Amino acid sequence: MKTVVLAQVLSNKAISGDIGDIYDMTVKAPQIADNAVAGQFVGIYADRDSLLLPRPISICEIEADKGILRFVYQKIGKGTEYFSKLKACDSIKILGPSGNGYMLNDNISEHIIVGGGIGIPPLLELTKRLKGKKSAVLGFRSSSFLVDEFKKYADDVYIASDDGSVGFKGNAVELLKSLKIKGKMIYSCGPRAMLRSLSIYAHQEGIPCQVSMEERMACTIGACVGCSIKIKNDDDWIYKKVCKDGPVFDSEEVIWE
Amino acid sequence: MSKKNTKIKIASVELKNPVMTASGTFGSGREYSDFVDLNRLGAIVVKGVADKPWKGNPSPRIAEVYGGMINSVGLQNPGVEHFIKEDIPFLRQFDTKIIVNVCGHSVEEYINVVKRLRGEDIDLIELNISCPNVSEGGMAFGTDKNMVNMVVGEVKKYADKPLIVKLSPNVTDITEIAKAAVDGGADALSLINTLSAMKIDIYRRKPVLERKIGGMSGPAIKPIAVRMVYQVCKCVDVPVIGMGGISNSEDAIEFIMAGATGVSIGTANFNNPYVTMEVIDGIEEYMDKYDIQDLSSIRGIID
Ligand SMILES: Cc1cc2nc3c(=O)[nH]c(=O)nc-3n(C[C@H](O)[C@H](O)[C@H](O)COP(=O)(O)OP(=O)(O)OC[C@H]3O[C@@H](n4cnc5c(N)ncnc54)[C@H](O)[C@@H]3O)c2cc1C
Ligand SMILES: Cc1cc2nc3c(=O)[nH]c(=O)nc-3n(C[C@H](O)[C@H](O)[C@H](O)COP(=O)(O)O)c2cc1C
Ligand code: FES
Repeated sequence: MKTVVLAQVLSNKAISGDIGDIYDMTVKAPQIADNAVAGQFVGIYADRDSLLLPRPISICEIEADKGILRFVYQKIGKGTEYFSKLKACDSIKILGPSGNGYMLNDNISEHIIVGGGIGIPPLLELTKRLKGKKSAVLGFRSSSFLVDEFKKYADDVYIASDDGSVGFKGNAVELLKSLKIKGKMIYSCGPRAMLRSLSIYAHQEGIPCQVSMEERMACTIGACVGCSIKIKNDDDWIYKKVCKDGPVFDSEEVIWE
Repeated sequence: MSKKNTKIKIASVELKNPVMTASGTFGSGREYSDFVDLNRLGAIVVKGVADKPWKGNPSPRIAEVYGGMINSVGLQNPGVEHFIKEDIPFLRQFDTKIIVNVCGHSVEEYINVVKRLRGEDIDLIELNISCPNVSEGGMAFGTDKNMVNMVVGEVKKYADKPLIVKLSPNVTDITEIAKAAVDGGADALSLINTLSAMKIDIYRRKPVLERKIGGMSGPAIKPIAVRMVYQVCKCVDVPVIGMGGISNSEDAIEFIMAGATGVSIGTANFNNPYVTMEVIDGIEEYMDKYDIQDLSSIRGIID
């Protein structure tokens, strides 16, 4: 069940990022936290007449018992700039939870988690929830974030950065290939180009791979058909909605172009 | 609080109140049922239905603009068979009227849908004439009065439900098109559809929408919509359903004063999923406050 809540901001601060543009926000939203799962997202409203549409932001962490949700987001445009200025005790309108989330299977014992840039946050809650051996490969532009938290829940955490300033020089998929990490399922979120090369790798290695996709949205709940992406359908393809059928898809289904 | 009369009539069909959902913004109601008591709506206008599934346009399809948005969904829909099988049974669980928005690339395609809907359990048909006419090089049906008159006349022959014709605002004189639709047999009109618009991302130096041009909706278009509803209501005798940027009950009342019988709410649902309920309540509060017994006493009161 989805709802819109006026959530109280508990904390909101810049946490590094290359130009200090990555923010970490926690809010009290028990109605949403109660039934959210890893890989789902919410729509956050900027509460300005000029900014009508909810901004899709992934859920980074869920503390259901306390009713707390955590988001890690990049200040990149007008909406996220508005979010970055929120302070503790401010309130913010949030719609959620939306989307399907990652598919978890307790029979799988070895997991590979691959994140790129601002695609990394939703993988934190996922890593927490997965059971078995977990290897996380995280790629950043330059400076890193959330790494210590991944270390708490994953057995191994490998770091890459585009300019080599932290860890391996290159992206997360290149690092994954060079390490030949073993696993039975890949879970990923990140830039489309990264997900695409990851899906080719996963196919070659015969490892099933879940990818979390992005598209521009208006409603975030499956009503406007604004967020369609091409998904294979027998010999043909169909459009599916990122906000409702996704954001997580089987990488074999996605038509990357 | 005495019971006010908010009932309206579109052709032979009575709605319990004037508030409807705008086609394409409310899915088939399902998606909003977590937020909205669908029983309270005057009618649900479902997304455009074609004779066969339409794939729609490539993404990105959504661009936010000041006070609104531009979409290039391209009328993606799973087709009339799917609609009849999946959506009618769902919608009939609720005490609200069902208005089916119909789209087509040719007169035949419109007719195919309307024929297929014969005998089905729906209340009204809304003909979206903003669709591209493929045989005329993709120009919208709704931009030429002769074509409007012809399409409406042809479709009307096969429709077994009253026919609402939904007008495109992308025309020089909306009254000419309105009259042509009524001459062709329209039982009611609805307006406005989206306004042709564009947004450029100056950092990427390209349009935000993959299709470059799309249709604009939302609060910023409301004054244009009010003007067009006003002009159309002055020149035709059929009921008019007004829409374009309605976000609250004051906006809705503005349309009613301009002459609209009913109102539809579209883009505002994306900003506030509860908006339709709030508009219904707000209209009743306004009626209470100003002691209005029947909406007809404020309808079209502007000279
Ligand atoms: C399922 C999903 C999950 C996401 N999770 C996160 C997250 O956890 N952290 C994070 O920082 N970002 C996330 N994003 C991207 C985030 O939605 C955009 O960065 C954000 O909407 C930008 O809004 P803005 O107003 O700052 O930018 P503007 O450019 O001013 O926004 C203008 C419009 O474009 C839309 N838009 C712009 N960029 C994107 C984008 N990349 N994806 C979708 N819509 C966009 C906005 O929502 C808005 O409607 C996610 C996107 C999706 C689809
Ligand atoms: C995403 C989206 C999809 C739409 N799809 C349709 C459609 O299928 N058929 C139609 O007649 N109008 C369609 N419209 C137009 C709306 O029904 C309405 O006429 C227009 O958006 C103006 O109202 P608003 O400003 O309240 O949204 C669509 C609008 C939007 C925003
Ligand atoms: S954003 Fe409206 S259907 Fe996905």
